[in-house]
Amino acid sequence: MKRRDFLQQSLAATTLIGLGGLGLQSFTGTTKKITILHTNDVHSHIDPFGPEDGRNPNKGGVARRAGLIASIRQENPNTLLFDAGDIFQGTPYFNYYGGELEFKLMSMLKYDAATIGNHDFDNGVDGLFAQLPHAKFDFICANYDFTNTVMDGHVKPYKIYMVDGVKIGVFGLGVELDGLVDKKMYKETVYLNPIEIAQDMSDLLAKKEKCDLVICLSHIGYQYKDYPNRPSDLNLAKATEGIDLIIGGHTHTFLDKPTVVKNRLGHKMLVNQVGCYGINLGRIDFYFDSGKNKLAKGVSIVV
Amino acid sequence: MKKFKRGLPLTKTSKYFFSGENRAIGPTKSNLSMNHKILFLTIGFLTVLSCNPSLHYSKIEGKQIAITDTLPSSPAIEAFIEPYREHVNKSLDSVLSYAVDTYSKSDGYLNTAIGNLIADGLYEQSNPIFKKRSGHDIDFALINHGGIRAIISKGNITTRTAYEVMPFENAIVVVKLKGEGVKELLEYLAAAKRAHPISKLNIELDKTGKLASAKIKGKPIDYDSTYYVLTNDYLLGGGDKMDFFKKNDTVYVLDYKIRNAMIDYFKTKDTVSPVKDNRFIQLQ
Repeated sequence: MKRRDFLQQSLAATTLIGLGGLGLQSFTGTTKKITILHTNDVHSHIDPFGPEDGRNPNKGGVARRAGLIASIRQENPNTLLFDAGDIFQGTPYFNYYGGELEFKLMSMLKYDAATIGNHDFDNGVDGLFAQLPHAKFDFICANYDFTNTVMDGHVKPYKIYMVDGVKIGVFGLGVELDGLVDKKMYKETVYLNPIEIAQDMSDLLAKKEKCDLVICLSHIGYQYKDYPNRPSDLNLAKATEGIDLIIGGHTHTFLDKPTVVKNRLGHKMLVNQVGCYGINLGRIDFYFDSGKNKLAKGVSIVV
Repeated sequence: MKKFKRGLPLTKTSKYFFSGENRAIGPTKSNLSMNHKILFLTIGFLTVLSCNPSLHYSKIEGKQIAITDTLPSSPAIEAFIEPYREHVNKSLDSVLSYAVDTYSKSDGYLNTAIGNLIADGLYEQSNPIFKKRSGHDIDFALINHGGIRAIISKGNITTRTAYEVMPFENAIVVVKLKGEGVKELLEYLAAAKRAHPISKLNIELDKTGKLASAKIKGKPIDYDSTYYVLTNDYLLGGGDKMDFFKKNDTVYVLDYKIRNAMIDYFKTKDTVSPVKDNRFIQLQ
């Protein structure tokens, strides 16, 4: 626990003894702001698209993203930065360096964690493992069992962050590999049902660990119009409870704004994805009001 | 939302206490016992400092920020990328061969110069490897017209050219097909009437577009025999609906990407001057 919180709470406790249990509602009036930044499917797009590009002229570029992220961190130091997979494959940088440059740059940008996309297996599970020394961030995926692969022990199902006294649980999900990635690439990696795993993770993080915020980093795809029952972020959101935000990837979905979805209890939560190739950065701000009576008011979502 | 979905942690009194639900402590109890309870709870809290009051967000703001040229670039990141970029560009711009003309996959009906160049090049690069590993020769090659993604322009052929023409990561496979499968393959090509690149295979369609004759390495096809066919892993997996590749006896994976094989092929040729020929034609 941070010292500031300790003091604040000790003071509150002392005051309480004096007041004999009255006037508790106003013991803290501070609002905490947690900023979540995210990318997905950057696909080795390190340089910006050139001015002649037919689709995305002058867009993207890691150096510009770095500048933007630095300014956001300056504005709010209580910021976490995530990637939802498919870091690899798409430009010759990957063919030449096998992902080394991608991981080094993400480390320099101070990414906190990434989940694993299908293209991150493009040089095999061994190729991914070989690049791990260049990544100073965590890999999070709860539904790939890497036990019988070289990646065993290098991927966490979830991670908990304490940011300004706010407890944030983040878990990852990967897409079904069979039919998408050659078996000789993913080897003995076992894919588990993401919806079931997501509910287990959410129960663990929200109920057992009592996280204030539960985030899913997903590479299962936003939605499949031709296969409406395939696991997707929208289906996941509707079928589970306890998740506050799904940061998606895989389908290269460009959204005008984050999607507000009702979970299985009818509570609103957010699903977001920011297209691909580092053209956009997603930003979600959560405002925590620790002094508020928690039954008094709903959550306002501004997107 | 959040505030309703997680039950109050009733078992943890200190947490309960700090969530602001002081009414629940019990207004019916006497002041004395209440004070005792508060004191007890406070001590309890102070000794279990890891118990944070649960926090609840009251507002979420979400947006997407476009990465455009109006954003200031990080000079440190720029400087870090530069040597990598320089090396990649230098390598991509390294000259492999020379094209005497400009070749496009749209220049031809059932076969094209660029398609013939690629199919022949893949055969030439792969056959020695395959023969060494299996003891057999590859009989013929078939890849897909859609796999050619750019033209080869007159002038220097560079590694960049190879990336532009073949951006996909497809790899070479050799598939052992029975005569029956070869027949399906020929019927597919006759029906598709598309310049799918082929090598060591000759097909003639009659005036009506039906299969008239076919030869492998200049010899009539023995439909009771088996043939070793070079293709790519995309088609083997059912790409372009070439389902006949699935009915194979054996698949040999060469661990050789299409693009890398062509880069190696270009390196062996000072100049390339492919032509449209009569390997796949329709009789008039």
